[in-house]
Amino acid sequence: MSAAAEAEARIKSFTMNFGPQHPAAHGVLRLVLEMDGEVVERADPHIGLLHRGTEKLIEYKTFLQAVPYFDRLDYVSPMCMEHSYALGVEKLLGIEPPPRAKYLRVLYAEITRVLNHLLNVCAFGLDVGALTPFLWGFEEREKLMEFYERVCGARLHAAYFRPGGVHQDMPAGLGDDILAWCEAFPRVLDAIEELLTENRIFKQRTVDIGRISADDALDWGLTGPMLRGSGVAWDLRKAQPYDAYETMEFDIPIGKNGDCWDRYLVRIEEMRQSLRIIKQAMAQMPGGPVKVNDRKVAPPPRGEMKGSMEALIHHFKLYTEGYHVPAGETYTATEAPKGEFGVYLVSDGTNRPYRCKIRCPDFAFLQATDFMGRGHMLADVVAIIGSMDIVFGSIDR
Amino acid sequence: MTQSLKELGEHVAASLPQDVTATAILHGELIVTAKRESVVRVLGFLRDDPRCLFRLLADLCGVDYPDRAERFEVVYNLLSLKLNQRIRVKVATDEDQAVPSVIPVYSAAGWFEREAWDLFGIYFSDHPDLRRLLTDYGFEGHPLRKDFPLTGYVQVRYDEDQKRVVYEPVRLTQEFRSFDFLSPWEGMNHVLPGDEKATEDGQ
Repeated sequence: MSAAAEAEARIKSFTMNFGPQHPAAHGVLRLVLEMDGEVVERADPHIGLLHRGTEKLIEYKTFLQAVPYFDRLDYVSPMCMEHSYALGVEKLLGIEPPPRAKYLRVLYAEITRVLNHLLNVCAFGLDVGALTPFLWGFEEREKLMEFYERVCGARLHAAYFRPGGVHQDMPAGLGDDILAWCEAFPRVLDAIEELLTENRIFKQRTVDIGRISADDALDWGLTGPMLRGSGVAWDLRKAQPYDAYETMEFDIPIGKNGDCWDRYLVRIEEMRQSLRIIKQAMAQMPGGPVKVNDRKVAPPPRGEMKGSMEALIHHFKLYTEGYHVPAGETYTATEAPKGEFGVYLVSDGTNRPYRCKIRCPDFAFLQATDFMGRGHMLADVVAIIGSMDIVFGSIDR
Repeated sequence: MTQSLKELGEHVAASLPQDVTATAILHGELIVTAKRESVVRVLGFLRDDPRCLFRLLADLCGVDYPDRAERFEVVYNLLSLKLNQRIRVKVATDEDQAVPSVIPVYSAAGWFEREAWDLFGIYFSDHPDLRRLLTDYGFEGHPLRKDFPLTGYVQVRYDEDQKRVVYEPVRLTQEFRSFDFLSPWEGMNHVLPGDEKATEDGQ
């Protein structure tokens, strides 16, 4: 073959646009792929299509007004986003929520974890060709969002975990319904697993795809199930327990190979562990107030405001001026369903955060797409992104 | 916890006397201030030293303090799985001084540095791909600087005649309002006229 003919026969690498409106892009991901035939040579994710300037907006709001912005970060696990922020502000204020608030937070953080993992596992199935788990998963998510609604009035944007405790106590009967759901849910989980876990097509699409070693995972800043899938038993709920996690008994599932299938299995097992925590939290839940008894931080009860002038003034001051947080800074992180969700909060002593940097776990995941996807087929990139559990609300902020 | 953090801070300061300028513990978190030019060495030491092993770069971000001589602070939050500790490294810089990129130490730094460049205009030298990350294609300015207005400078809309999205100067139907709650009635620390004559015992 002559040189000219050989050059012609060689397939030229070409650039492909994936998204931003592709169903497997999980939102508004624009992925610029350099392809050599079917093989990805380089992946360049373009993010920011959902950038709303949350960090800038928070600098212009009081500490309390900043809470709802956190729901809109990772809108699949809203309460876990608030959790880090609430803990961070509490640290700066030097207050501690009452025990009942801590248990309520743990309870709802775990409900949120199931909510998040259900969406991810089922959407991952959908990405690689399984439609049915998605339908079943959403039925369960609907029930969980009902628990959300009953405790805070909103299905998604909860604004429930606030600095100083939680917004309000559980209504009567909710606890029994949550426990009843805990009894029924494992059967749904089994059904989903029956369709996916040992499914030949599912395994062909996920086993040995997107492998990442423990060292690489640390180097790329991966946390949560992404890190545990690679065999590192690291969970902030165990390592640096916050709220009532110290008293909870649960196991940390880890993977062996760090591939997409392992990450899926880790998430499935985490849901089962979350059920354990939910049951323990319900059993151990103490009575008492759900927010700190400090009128400078938490509002007075409605009834008191009807009769007490001072309570009325406190309420008015709290919802206009808010509270002043002593100057200082903190980096507070919690184990959100996706991984380490951190808030770096700088206060200058006024009623507004001076700087609020939001560290989202999936930001680091998406960055590693190039590293993990290189040399894989195009269809595998879809599986890798599906197994990462990314949500653009939190990546783009 | 605090004791081990203190020892860790002393160990870091003693091992890198040329590079570390200060250590402090605030709210149970260790803060190390380093020189800008030696940040790669400091982070490399923190990652590899057997008494540190901060293998995970949790976060990297900029903070803007316009009053300071070097207005920006780059903050690195590191996590050690081995020690179960966190550490925060800070370096100062301004609009013109480049901070050495820490990608050789942590691959994860790539996007975080791009973000800091995008939002603050902090330049990172030797970064292989320092493009904007979060803002729009063709965006101008660095929005998280304190002198950048919250409402921004441009707004977009779809133009029916031109059949495309057009950029226009931002137009506010109501003037932007920012309430100052630093009330003179609370936390007043200046001396009222006449009060300087008063003595301790009220004479």
